[in-house]
Amino acid sequence: MTINQKIKPSILVVDDELSVRDSLSKWFKEDGYRVGAAENANRALSLMNEGPWDIILLDIKMPGMDGLELQKRLKEIDRSAAIIMVTAFGAVDSAVQALKEGAFDYVTKPVDPEHLTHLVENALRTKKLSDENWRLRQQMSELSGVEEIVGESLQMKKVVDLARTVAQTDTTVMIRGESGTGKEMVARTIHANSSRRYFPIITVNCGAVPETLLESELFGHEKGAFTGAQYRRKGKFEMADGGTIFLDEIGTISQKMQIQLLRVIETKQFTRVGGNEVISSDFRVVCATNRDLEAAITDGSFREDLYYRLNVFTIFIPPLRERRDDIPPLVNHFIRKYATLMNKPAMDVDPGAMGMLIANRWPGNVRELENVIERAMVLAKPPAIRSSDLPFQFSQMQPGNSQPDDSIAGMERVHIARVLEKLNWNITRSAEALGIDRVTLYSKISKYGLKKP
Amino acid sequence: MFSILIAAITPADRRLLGNLVAPLEEIFSIPVSVGLKHPLDASFSFNVSRNQFSSTMIISELLEMYEDFDGRVLGVTSGDLFVPVLTYVFGEAQLEGKAAVVSYHRLREEFYGLQPNEGLLEVRLLKEAIHELGHTFGLLHCNNYLCVMHSSTVVEEIDLKTDKLCSECRAKFRGSR
Repeated sequence: MTINQKIKPSILVVDDELSVRDSLSKWFKEDGYRVGAAENANRALSLMNEGPWDIILLDIKMPGMDGLELQKRLKEIDRSAAIIMVTAFGAVDSAVQALKEGAFDYVTKPVDPEHLTHLVENALRTKKLSDENWRLRQQMSELSGVEEIVGESLQMKKVVDLARTVAQTDTTVMIRGESGTGKEMVARTIHANSSRRYFPIITVNCGAVPETLLESELFGHEKGAFTGAQYRRKGKFEMADGGTIFLDEIGTISQKMQIQLLRVIETKQFTRVGGNEVISSDFRVVCATNRDLEAAITDGSFREDLYYRLNVFTIFIPPLRERRDDIPPLVNHFIRKYATLMNKPAMDVDPGAMGMLIANRWPGNVRELENVIERAMVLAKPPAIRSSDLPFQFSQMQPGNSQPDDSIAGMERVHIARVLEKLNWNITRSAEALGIDRVTLYSKISKYGLKKP
Repeated sequence: MFSILIAAITPADRRLLGNLVAPLEEIFSIPVSVGLKHPLDASFSFNVSRNQFSSTMIISELLEMYEDFDGRVLGVTSGDLFVPVLTYVFGEAQLEGKAAVVSYHRLREEFYGLQPNEGLLEVRLLKEAIHELGHTFGLLHCNNYLCVMHSSTVVEEIDLKTDKLCSECRAKFRGSR
């Protein structure tokens, strides 16, 4: 037995026969294991509080609750424990059933000592790999979770908080916001922080799939269900079993599909197109839209019952122009991203260029900003992205003649530029005229990328 | 005086038992003797359906027989030993306890269809005797495959290890004394 760990591996022996419990306990103690022994299911369940147990040796036949039933209960408490069923000769059917329900292996009494030693070593090795895999997944899910959402504004912090909070439940979530604000990213954050994170998140862009194919896309189809259906195919709801289905652009689906969707969400059951078999799937629904669904209900194009079914918890993502504080960190995030992808050094943004980026209206929101930075990273020469690296419409936005947007920040930028120009860039007098101190004025000049002509 | 007593369990070859005395004294630095009492008749521990002797029952009997003995008792038998959940055992010991038992039934080359080899049998028996007595002094199985405390579930593993304690197990043994 090769055991070379500081923390002793542990084995719980569950058997109603005293001689079996004693001999196995002694055998494993000599191998250096921490050993527990239980004579029945109740005792085994109470000993789970003294766990975790790496391996549970479980007698398949015991008075009261049998090994198969106990295995289910033990797995509910600790999914990672490796359960080895111990059977009497002739009880192989039950052992096979146990394997189907997640047991690591089974042994028939009496067991060959060498076989038992190898089996336990294998179980420990497999469990170690499985635990390591779980830890890595956990780390990966943490890395790919909320950290992906870049934003320092209060509005985005609130969005992240809401996503994290609702992630702990199975509530249906509707994410609303303009195109390009990152609705899918929020959906992924919800999934990554939920207990479903080890199962898939399946995205369906309802607006991108033709109406005729959406039914098959969502529910799957049987072979020959329609022309071209050569093979049976699983639908998105079936693939999302255990995980999350993200229905993007939910506002675009037809009335007929709305009825089907409502039924599936309520029953979690459906049939494939062209099939009769009722399929059950355990999924969580997160949907998104940039459409005014309330208006769609009024004009009759969106069903009210489906709206209430989907709109249980709403997260609204504000457009980028309403959270300009997020622009500098987003710019830096995209620079790092494209620097890695393009194998270029990470670059700075000169204050003038940053000012232009902050002042823009961004009708395409974060997606548009990302495209602008990607383009700038292609053009820019180290060490910094300059105004000239930005698309044409930005390079026209020189201080004083830029096209102001309607936001307060945009108005402020134009006003400060006008005052500075009028007072010949005398900082002290300009600060007095604006009613702010000089430090604040310098900070705003830097923030808006204003430059002395 | 604290000592190790080797108790014959019928059927057992007393010559083999005698050959254990000197090497056991050397390794444990404790006086070793072969018991003068009549050999223990182990028929009470015989399981007809398995055609084997229960090592756990033999240990219980040894404890009763040598209740007043100060030291460790090692039963030696040629009978095939078992514990209920395993097909066989080479021996059994009380961890940090008083008694242990070893069998040389599966240590003989004849068991595997080979020619008898008395020298090899003596070496194997010595290793198993040290191993089980080691458990009575609190030693657990050792990772070092050359150490006599390395776990052996087949006879080839017994042949692979030496009849010595590794430095770590030796230190633990000294600590237990």
